[in-house]
Amino acid sequence: MAYDKFNILTTSAVPLPIENVDTDQIIPARFLKATERKGFGDNLFRDWRYNNDHSEKKDFVLNNPIYSGRILVGGKNFGSGSSREHAAWAVYDYGFRCVVSSFFADIFRNNCLNIGVLPVQVSPEYLEEIFRAIEANPNALLEVNLPEQTITIKATGSQESFDINPYKKANMTNGFDDIDYLLNIKEQIREFAGNRPL
Amino acid sequence: MNDKKTLFDKVWDSHVVHHIENGPDVLFIDRHMVHEVTSPVAFLGIKNRDIEVMYPEKTFATADHNTPTINQHLPVEDPLSANQLRMLEENSNEFGISYWGLGHEKNGIVHVVGPEYGITQPGATIVCGDSHTSTHGAFGAIAFGIGTSEVEMVLATQCIMQTKPKSMRINVEGKLNFGVTSKDVALYIISQLSTSGATGYFVEYAGQVFRDMTMEGRMTVCNLSIEMGARGGMIAPDEKTFAYVKGREFTPSGKAWDAVMDYWETLSTDNDAQFDKEITFDAANIEPMITYGTNPGMGIGISNGIPVADAKDSGAATYHKSLKYMNFNEGDSMMGKPIDFVFLGSCTNGRIEDFRLFTSLVKGRKKADNVTAWLVPGSHKVEKAIKEEGLLRILEEAGFELREPGCSACLAMNDDKVPAGKYAVSTSNRNFEGRQGPGSRTLLASPLVAAAAAVTGKVTDPRELMELETA
Ligand code: SF4
Repeated sequence: MAYDKFNILTTSAVPLPIENVDTDQIIPARFLKATERKGFGDNLFRDWRYNNDHSEKKDFVLNNPIYSGRILVGGKNFGSGSSREHAAWAVYDYGFRCVVSSFFADIFRNNCLNIGVLPVQVSPEYLEEIFRAIEANPNALLEVNLPEQTITIKATGSQESFDINPYKKANMTNGFDDIDYLLNIKEQIREFAGNRPL
Repeated sequence: MNDKKTLFDKVWDSHVVHHIENGPDVLFIDRHMVHEVTSPVAFLGIKNRDIEVMYPEKTFATADHNTPTINQHLPVEDPLSANQLRMLEENSNEFGISYWGLGHEKNGIVHVVGPEYGITQPGATIVCGDSHTSTHGAFGAIAFGIGTSEVEMVLATQCIMQTKPKSMRINVEGKLNFGVTSKDVALYIISQLSTSGATGYFVEYAGQVFRDMTMEGRMTVCNLSIEMGARGGMIAPDEKTFAYVKGREFTPSGKAWDAVMDYWETLSTDNDAQFDKEITFDAANIEPMITYGTNPGMGIGISNGIPVADAKDSGAATYHKSLKYMNFNEGDSMMGKPIDFVFLGSCTNGRIEDFRLFTSLVKGRKKADNVTAWLVPGSHKVEKAIKEEGLLRILEEAGFELREPGCSACLAMNDDKVPAGKYAVSTSNRNFEGRQGPGSRTLLASPLVAAAAAVTGKVTDPRELMELETA
């Protein structure tokens, strides 16, 4: 599925300074029963966000009106656990285009890149700096510049660069996905398959 | 660097169709398993692009995540679950994929049925939209979980794009102590490495302990690789592996068997091959394990107390949040903590050997009155063996019932949900908040620890009960 191109994103951010946020928290299994990719944002962080009677949990950050923006900033080891792409869909569908953390679980990172959410891995110190900037001012702006591979706290100008595979970067900036690429080399794949022992 | 290759290198390199400059490898996939939850959107993508599934004979579908574990002969009550199952059947039929739905004799959890029917083979690349696909690494395959976009890629082109992970070898040397199972070995390693300790790596397990292990035990260990963050884990195939796969429905036979054996016998790490990281543990340090927190890395030897967090550690707040959720305190002993549920099952511990272990301990005892026990075989084949080996009779005499196969309370998508605030000793793989039902509290452990809890109604060291028997 194609997605919007990603270039430079300047926005405020939502802080979630919890470590090991797993995919069961991002979207609990009981919300995986859909057969289309629709409406997952409503159940993002479902059990942290709502009480059993569906009323909002006032102390959860997504329910706090002072925080908003298109970047989610999470603690270390974000997205561990299951391979459910639904977790990345929920993040995207809620309106986030970028997740910042000091460490990501592999499959979640891959899933994000495949659907147009940019995972930005920063140093633990810089992550703390971001949390402090948001604490000081909930509207603090972050700028994520994909072509330059930098992230900047606008108020202070403090900047860090981040890594991304050049191929994936080109995909993100152009809004391409891997399937288009693979379909183009189908003949090469067919030839390879013909020589397989299994 | 030298030209010596690891087992992982050998299998990976032989599956690279194309290397993208400064990018990932295009990796050919030999076997693809699909289930009802992570496949519908992928099939939808294939339809929207108006293309065919490239090699339908390399994909196998089974229904497991969302299925009831009682009354499977009746229509599925939950309309959303029923819809997912119907979609999987329709998609499989439309694209010519084998479908083992509810009630089919080959039905069961993806990672249990794959090996049972010889779909899982040494030296293969195997993927599935489920992170515990790492299970199949027990046969010397490269196996890992993928997202739905990648499921679509495999359906469309039998390939995915992957950057080659780094390599790690984990050695466990020596002999396992009395009462220590493969599950304890895995939980021990995760407790030492943490849930992100192997992120970015593909693990090879080596050493005496894994050589001595049965295929079932190896599957349990490889299954849990993902819980230390690894992409997957694998064990070099040996005589045990070949004996296990031989003669199964999808295993090559006759001349084809000889041909694959030539390949399979090359599947081991060369002497002097380099790993990016290597760790060695001593089996003597491992005792029966249990988790006390909300990730699988929060595990301890059953006789130890819950660790006290270092207040200066940046993770201290997360740690305390986790203990609060469990309603445990730092320093508490796990032994004697009352429990409410026991779950024996899942792709981690839902095989016949796990039922044998559990049964050996509850034999001649009675299920504790305060415990609700869910015994869920990983497949119909396992269920059949439980009956044929006479385990069912022993279990029933001890007050247990057997349910029908499926993922069940491992992820609680069906009705098998542990109620809020209740404690479950589970042989599955994740103790995340709410994993077994909103508000549920999970203690991960081996089938022996689960059995000891089931008959005593509290966390109990299984060795105490086992020693009584041998004394
Ligand atoms: S048993 Fe649990 S971990 Fe295994 S395939 Fe089913 S849901 Fe996934």
